[in-house]
Amino acid sequence: MIPELGHMALVLALTTACLQAVVPMVGAARGDARLMALATPAALAQFVLVAAAFAALTWSYVVSDFSVANVAQNSHTLKPMLYKVTGVWGNHEGSLLLWVLILALFGAAVAAGGRNLPAPLAARTLAVQSMIAAAFLAFMIFTSNPFLRLDPAPAEGRDLNPILQDPGLAFHPPFLYLGYVGFSIVFSFAVAALVEGRIDAAWARWVRPWTLAAWAFLTLGIALGSWWAYYELGWGGWWYWDPVENASFMPWLIGAALLHSAVVAEKRDALKSWTILLAILAFGLSLIGTFLVRSGVLTSVHSFASDPERGVFILAILVAAIGGSLALYAWRAPTLKPGGVFAPLSREGGLVLNNLLLATSCATVFIGTLYPLFLEGLGGAKVSVGPQFFNMTFVPLMLPLVAAMAAGPFLAWKRADGRAALRRLRVPLAGAVAASLATIIFAPPAPALAHVGVALAALLALSSIHEISGRAGTLARALNLPRAAWGAAIAHFGMAVTVAGVVGSSAWQSESIRAMRPGDSADIAGWRVTFMRTTLEKGPNYTVRRGHFEARHGDGTGRTMSPGKRHYASTGTITTEAAIITTGLADLYLTIADPADGSAQGGDPRFLFEAPSDAAWAVRITHNPLVAWIWIGAGIMALGGAISLSDRRLRVGAPVRRVPAAA
Amino acid sequence: MLRRLLFALPLLGFAAVAVWFLHGLGRDPAAIPSALIDKPVPEFRLPPLEGSGKPALAAQDLRGRVALVNFYASWCAPCRIEHPLLMRIAAEKRVALYGIAYKDGMAESRRFLAQLGDPYAAIGWDGDGRVAIDWGVYGVPETFVVDRAGRIRHRHVGPLSDDTMAKVIVPMIARLERE
Repeated sequence: MIPELGHMALVLALTTACLQAVVPMVGAARGDARLMALATPAALAQFVLVAAAFAALTWSYVVSDFSVANVAQNSHTLKPMLYKVTGVWGNHEGSLLLWVLILALFGAAVAAGGRNLPAPLAARTLAVQSMIAAAFLAFMIFTSNPFLRLDPAPAEGRDLNPILQDPGLAFHPPFLYLGYVGFSIVFSFAVAALVEGRIDAAWARWVRPWTLAAWAFLTLGIALGSWWAYYELGWGGWWYWDPVENASFMPWLIGAALLHSAVVAEKRDALKSWTILLAILAFGLSLIGTFLVRSGVLTSVHSFASDPERGVFILAILVAAIGGSLALYAWRAPTLKPGGVFAPLSREGGLVLNNLLLATSCATVFIGTLYPLFLEGLGGAKVSVGPQFFNMTFVPLMLPLVAAMAAGPFLAWKRADGRAALRRLRVPLAGAVAASLATIIFAPPAPALAHVGVALAALLALSSIHEISGRAGTLARALNLPRAAWGAAIAHFGMAVTVAGVVGSSAWQSESIRAMRPGDSADIAGWRVTFMRTTLEKGPNYTVRRGHFEARHGDGTGRTMSPGKRHYASTGTITTEAAIITTGLADLYLTIADPADGSAQGGDPRFLFEAPSDAAWAVRITHNPLVAWIWIGAGIMALGGAISLSDRRLRVGAPVRRVPAAA
Repeated sequence: MLRRLLFALPLLGFAAVAVWFLHGLGRDPAAIPSALIDKPVPEFRLPPLEGSGKPALAAQDLRGRVALVNFYASWCAPCRIEHPLLMRIAAEKRVALYGIAYKDGMAESRRFLAQLGDPYAAIGWDGDGRVAIDWGVYGVPETFVVDRAGRIRHRHVGPLSDDTMAKVIVPMIARLERE
């Protein structure tokens, strides 16, 4: 009964979405306030209906209703309750429902909180948002219905892929979607503005908080996914340039560019058509990401069971949404009046450079991700583009970007004094040189690029602190600074922390892989790791062979590390559980494997169960300096976004257009 | 005019991408060509799967008759999906079907075959996956078509389906038998 109610709620949501897509649009064109007013209740109703469908599916998972095909294929009665709930979005149909839920959530948020928006803009924005919702609801109902029944119902479910049964991954999709799908509302604002043919500073100010929120969530989502890959996949890596990782990274890069160009559009009334284009692209790339994951055109560790029929459907949505909005852009954008002028060396100039670098890096990732597909289309060989390509093309773009991030905030609007900016950069520059010298002297030898990286990270961190403290001066003034200024400084500082983590863990990683028996010891980066014994334990739905190690740094006290190999009987899968000690400056990362197999995943289950107590195990010990900083930095960036979001200028009603003081 | 064209560039760029996407949808991402196509099978000699009652498998066993070599594992879910099809192929006796147990425990592999049936004429036990590396296997199941001279002629990645059997594998076997 409950699944049928969920199904019905979805159909009603589709009907509501169709109404909401058409009526307010017509109302805005005719200037009919009553028709426009329909958008708000419709957006709220749509959200309530999709939420009801989502609740119905969650309920089916919680009570393990295996008569629902989706539950039978992805759940199991023995699975812990947390993973029964998170299993809702661990599959194609359920994750699509989450996608639509978040889409409706953003629509409802604009409907509820957008009372200070001009009525026609609000009506058009909600109508466009609803067009997207209608397309995806139809996609779900016609090709990927999560409420289909099985008759007869199986007695037991097939279980969720054990790799996905992990808290890090459980919360990765919701954050990722809040970011990814959050750009939908920015897209809707952009299309609505193009339809209206009017883009001004006020528009940029309305769009900015939504961009900020989406970008901050996306930052967290990507960081969670990367952190999960680090500790769960057992390879010790944190980014693989996997097509689907890239698919989430591209909207992030464009979103970051959009955040900055919207500032220029708001403050200086310039870069307007560029900002609109970025708003379209940020969500367009999110859609392309969705297409790549669910159509099976690219093979990836993330691919959902693919189906050509679904692929064609999403491609049609893609063409309608991106093609339609870009056509509108080609038609309407040339009529936009260009705004304020500025010298190349100015805050605006710095932000343009930032935008160019971010957009180029996004293009690089795009080409690297889709190149295999394009080459094959030309009749070439099947190739895969590996990390080498990305390291060679992406890193050279990031170096000037970080330098520009450090220098940019010191440049004045309109026309900057280069010498003055350099003078203010003296302290951070000196700090950067000192940091680089310190690593050359005290750290183990590393390639020159690593020292450049250290210097840039230090430069960015110090300049963020220097800039905000220079503006703040006294505590009283610090409290009076706009939150947006604090947010920007904090986010830039977070980026510096992430860069330091990336540099540290790639340049100074050391690793030792060896066969060890209980009693053996291994030395790595000042640590001595001693293998004590292994034990066999039972978890809720798995059996685990746990290795017990003692790790001692120098003469310090020993700390136990217990990496494991889990065997999930329901699917016959083996997963690796890494043991990690974090000191803040470095991670000691330990995994064990069946010596005959050696791979992180897989192995012989028999060896797992029956290995004699003195058996040798393949032990992999990795020392990752600063690796935790990558995710700490991402957290700081998201925090910066949140602080900036709380700026009162973004919350107050109808903003006054500021006249540039010097003009 | 030039200005208008500039604003149409994103649209044109996207149109090109969309055409490639449509093209990409039509192809089969599992059809990965093998570097070993038309090359002799790599030299190997594998121990038998003890207790299965089937002989062991070595490179020279693949000569004289068109053969299918199927890499499988008890821990692999898609292998279970294609297994009934393998049982039918074995029953038809049209072609020699050999199995290579990839990175699997002997007991598990035996249990897998006891549960689902054993379609193979001979089974090689590749416990550490070394032979699979020589064949260029990167995931199970994979199936290779080997001609009478012992050369690899086709590689199929992923579970076999009735569709691939009827459209690709069976016509190919017929052709190879006439060669």
